Amino acid sequence: MSSIEAIDLVKSFGRLTAVDHVSFQVEDGEVFGFLGPNGAGKTTTINVLCTLMRPTAGRARVAGYDVASQRNAVRQSIGLVFQDPSLDDQLTAYENLQFHAHVYNVPGRQRAQRIEEVLHVVGLWDRRGAVVRTFSGGMKRRLEIARGILHHPRVLFLDEPTLGLDPQTREHVWEYILEVQRAHHITIFMTTHYMDEAEHCDRIAIIDQGKIVALDTPDALKRMVGVDIVTVQTEDSEQAAREIQERYGLEPQRDDTRLRLEVEAGAEFIPRLVRELGVAIRSVDLHRPTLDDVFLKLTGRAIREGEADPLALMRLHGRLWRGGRR
Amino acid sequence: MTTAYAPTAGLPMRSWQAAARANAGGVYIIWYRDVLRYWRDRVRLISSLGQPLLFLVVFGSGLTASLGAGLTKELGDVSYVRFLFPGIVAMAVLFTAIFSAISIVWDREFGFLREVLVAPISRAAVVLGKALGGSTVAMFQGAILLILAPILGVSLNPLLVLELLGLMFLTAFALTSMGILIAARLQSMEAFQMIMNFLIMPMFFLSGAFFPLRGLPAWMSVVTRLDPVAYGVDPMRRLLLGADLAPGIKIASHHLGTVEDGLILAAFAAVMMVLAVWAFEAQE
Repeated sequence: MSSIEAIDLVKSFGRLTAVDHVSFQVEDGEVFGFLGPNGAGKTTTINVLCTLMRPTAGRARVAGYDVASQRNAVRQSIGLVFQDPSLDDQLTAYENLQFHAHVYNVPGRQRAQRIEEVLHVVGLWDRRGAVVRTFSGGMKRRLEIARGILHHPRVLFLDEPTLGLDPQTREHVWEYILEVQRAHHITIFMTTHYMDEAEHCDRIAIIDQGKIVALDTPDALKRMVGVDIVTVQTEDSEQAAREIQERYGLEPQRDDTRLRLEVEAGAEFIPRLVRELGVAIRSVDLHRPTLDDVFLKLTGRAIREGEADPLALMRLHGRLWRGGRR
Repeated sequence: MTTAYAPTAGLPMRSWQAAARANAGGVYIIWYRDVLRYWRDRVRLISSLGQPLLFLVVFGSGLTASLGAGLTKELGDVSYVRFLFPGIVAMAVLFTAIFSAISIVWDREFGFLREVLVAPISRAAVVLGKALGGSTVAMFQGAILLILAPILGVSLNPLLVLELLGLMFLTAFALTSMGILIAARLQSMEAFQMIMNFLIMPMFFLSGAFFPLRGLPAWMSVVTRLDPVAYGVDPMRRLLLGADLAPGIKIASHHLGTVEDGLILAAFAAVMMVLAVWAFEAQE
């Protein structure tokens, strides 16, 4: 039985179609990832699936309930960890969970015991009486994960669960998420734009401009790209690309000043390339395909290009603002 | 020791009784959160008493000093400070109620509102819980001011206090409901400043807190009759100072009694609640 089923799902805001005829199924107990750059429609899809937004067209069922017509049943069956914190930071960790237990109708007899359990799972039992304002970003996220599973949902939605956390904390948060998933066999639906996080998923849907461009296991997706990726930087990319195409029958992809080549046996190919290429080579790099390569192959762009650096944006706004006033 | 993990397999809301129980739990915890936060925030508790005291002492004493003779003619032998007292209690109720409701805008800004809005409870439960929370806190804030009554020579008895509490709660409930309706539509705290200047302050000034609602210019007496706070101030003054000073708001040559004031407040609250629930539902 599938936990999530989306059929031709559409969500538009005026002229903008954020989710464009998306269809997919997530099986019970699966860890399913939505991978794509910011603005690809990941969060909008989650908002529709968790009943925060009504679909413009199409249908979706979560835990067997229709997201448009059986909203309370869907809400009772899902747990949510949002991109931005949604805790009351003037209350303690324990009080936040108490609030959740009440609004999700956790039976009175089980409340205290369940709160204790989930706090142990995320390692916050010792800090239960501390006001959330005093928590670090990682602790807050862990508390939200604990809250997300408190009412025993069938599906846990995680929207960029590690956004804004440092790499070490991200690793920890993932340990907790997978621990919860293993222990309770929950279906997990998550979005991310971090490649390494997507590797935790059983299956991944790659989404770009509101459409699913590929859906498979991480390994199968990487096999789409080929065996090895060789990246060369040369004095003259134009010339090099032409030559490589003629000599080896490969289709080089331009990525900034570099050329990406998909080859069968990269380690043997590099010496040949260095020996035979008529253009001077500056650097050569060989790596196994990553999901980033998959995304690049499917869309012609790297995921990181779609990522807006908030600091850079702020600096830009600052400049425009000052410029406009002068 | 661990509870069995039982993903909600069947219909989570099997009957209307189960749904009612879930909603009652929601109303309770939303109410509890407001009361808990109020109780924990001692700074707010104390500082919000400062403003009413300032009005009572500075405004009351100052006006008495400069307009003494005229006031005596209007108010008889009741001092202006005493006249002002019920109005100041209503003021504490008004501002606390509005601020409690407006905290929804903070909740939206800090994300907590989403935790509430994705919960499997009805919007009516959310609005009711919030309204009850704000009313409880506002009633408490007004009740603290009753401590001043003996100093001002106003005698209290248990029955009177009970009546006053009921009236304060009803006034607070009407105003919190209105605040929630506003907060449902308000996207920023900046916009709240507008609401404060163009709605809440006029409501306060026109409520009869400062001056008797008699012999006013025609336009003003119409506006005062549309001000819900007026229907809280008048009966409170009647209970505290007697019917001579607060004969009741006159509508078509009929002076409203305390019960009628209460009914008007309740009707106003009901309309605001329905609109607030609708505003939250329309948001999605």
